[in-house]
Amino acid sequence: MDGGGIRAVSAMNNWPWRLERRAEPSIAMKFASPLIAAVAMLVTGFILFSALGLSPLSAFRTFFIEPVASTYGFGELLLKSTPLMLCALGLSIGFRANVWNIGAEGQLIVGALAGGAIALFVDGLGGFAIPLMLLAGILGGMAWAAIAAFLRTRFHTSEILVTLMLVYIAQLLLSYFVHGPWRDPAGFNFPQSQSFDENELLPLLAETVRVNIAFLIALALAGVAWFFVSRTFAGYRMRVAGLAPAAAAYAGYGEKRNIWLALLIGGGMAGLAGVSEVAGPIGLLSPDISPGYGFAAIIVAFVGRLHPIGVVLASLLMSLLYLGGEAAQIDLQLPASVTGLFQGVLLFYLLAADLLITYRIRRARPDVVAAEAIKVDNPVNVQT
Amino acid sequence: MNIDTLILIFASTVAAATPLILAALGVLVNERAGVLNLGVEGMMLVGAVTAFGVGVTSGSLFLGYVAAMSAGAAMALLFGLLTLTLQTNQVATGLALALFGVGLSAFVGQPFVGLPIERVPAVPIPLLADIPVLGPALFRYDLLVYLSIALYAAVSWFLYRSAAGLRLRAIGEAPGVAHSLGYPVVRIRYLAVMFGGATSGLAGAYLSTALTPMWVEGMSAGRGWIVLALVVFATWRPLRVLLGAYLFGGVTVLQLHAQGLGVDVPSEFLSMLPYLATIVVLVLICRNPKTILLNQPASLGRSFHPDG
Repeated sequence: MDGGGIRAVSAMNNWPWRLERRAEPSIAMKFASPLIAAVAMLVTGFILFSALGLSPLSAFRTFFIEPVASTYGFGELLLKSTPLMLCALGLSIGFRANVWNIGAEGQLIVGALAGGAIALFVDGLGGFAIPLMLLAGILGGMAWAAIAAFLRTRFHTSEILVTLMLVYIAQLLLSYFVHGPWRDPAGFNFPQSQSFDENELLPLLAETVRVNIAFLIALALAGVAWFFVSRTFAGYRMRVAGLAPAAAAYAGYGEKRNIWLALLIGGGMAGLAGVSEVAGPIGLLSPDISPGYGFAAIIVAFVGRLHPIGVVLASLLMSLLYLGGEAAQIDLQLPASVTGLFQGVLLFYLLAADLLITYRIRRARPDVVAAEAIKVDNPVNVQT
Repeated sequence: MNIDTLILIFASTVAAATPLILAALGVLVNERAGVLNLGVEGMMLVGAVTAFGVGVTSGSLFLGYVAAMSAGAAMALLFGLLTLTLQTNQVATGLALALFGVGLSAFVGQPFVGLPIERVPAVPIPLLADIPVLGPALFRYDLLVYLSIALYAAVSWFLYRSAAGLRLRAIGEAPGVAHSLGYPVVRIRYLAVMFGGATSGLAGAYLSTALTPMWVEGMSAGRGWIVLALVVFATWRPLRVLLGAYLFGGVTVLQLHAQGLGVDVPSEFLSMLPYLATIVVLVLICRNPKTILLNQPASLGRSFHPDG
């Protein structure tokens, strides 16, 4: 199904604009397409705001500029980008190997539960509390993802469906703990745990912001992820498995090992994101510790081109969408779900813009189009 | 437990299974044509909010259902445009459709949260509905329940007894061969995908107008994904879709009735049952890789380009 035909989209035969397959995929377009998608999303936002009867320029300011116009706001941008970055870094390594872990949300929740359990039930740790919580979070996320890895490698079940089902189960598990055994007895019946102690909270980067050291950890892990993907043999094997599964099998790169590795890395990173949230801005366990970061991270991974540096940038963009959504809710009385809408739109535009990596748009005179249609070597292509 | 309780449990099983049947039969058809659309959850939610919104505003549930099917088909058309014409990756695009549908439905559904809507009325079948026991158990449902059975019959007939169905299956198995025989592969795939979208939209409509007559953000609660698992479980066959859906419906209802039956388990764990059941069922059916290899449409999830 590759190569060959010049006329990419035969339905467009009589159309002056034609898609033409490039001789080689365009590197420039690979990097330009997320930008094209982001711009297209902004234009859509402009149109949406106008359609809702808002002044598009001021709505634009409220949504995309004011949230980050102060030091505090900028700190919030980094704060919200942290869980997105962590989840998306792990997911992108898996996606490169064609392992579709779409349940980062569940792994994030179980990571938060595991880290939270240390904070709530193990006392007297002093300075060791945080490292231990982070470790528990990573292991919790890994364990949750390991279920999908085991079922996929042992029973051939789709990791897409299993990781997703495990999201719903994790949410119910969290709900059970905070409504039941872990509920704060002095909490006026609110479904939440006791607040974590001072030594169980991640240190802040500065006095005036809420962003904490988890952001630096995420940045460091982006470096590690880059090293893993491009400089280690395990990373190479996974890339080959994604690009050319048959070649990977022929070379004897174990498929099972890739699946395990992809899911454990993704789960561990998501678990770390979860514990960083509860040991960071939230400071306790409650049913709504994540506004869908695990799902948004899928979009972040794609927009970031499955590349660590791209993921860092894309997580900042996605973080801005969350902040803008919150601001729009307060200042413009728009529902918070406008964020989810923008997220979905962004991913669609990205997928469509990616077409420009392998195709280019050419304008041709209609008579040339008609002439070429007859000349095409493959007789099946001639349509009258 | 008396007979009335049993009938009630049976009837609620049928109700819980109906949205699964509607969506899964459509998804079955579009997967049989070789297209994997993971966006069912998104299409269902958009269908749910559309039926509710149009139903409340116009006062006509019928209009609501038509609108829900059109909205689902429009979502599927978007998916088709990207995957069939622009050749994007079906998995990634399906995920995008799911996430987009969740966001879109929550956004447009904001004004409808908390509004009441009249539940779609039951239509007892004359005479049959008066038979003791069997009457209330089988013949006193709303029209969409009857429609789900009719849809099963229609899809079975279409796939196995009609020339068009044979063509559709051929396209799913070997699009290249079908193309060289002169069948319009891309056009038929578009139609199949839109059919899946329309029935998913209608399934969503059943959620917001019959099963729980209201609109809540994310009210499909993973049913769209369960539907995808159900089609795998059914090894892409209509009768097994029907049976599987009733099985899942039964699990859902069991969870509601378990506490009434004196099962002392926290409600969260009972609510996990449908999701756990999905995983268990996937394990059982995928355990032997040959089951999937032999039954899955050979071109499922792969792009096809007529010029290629």
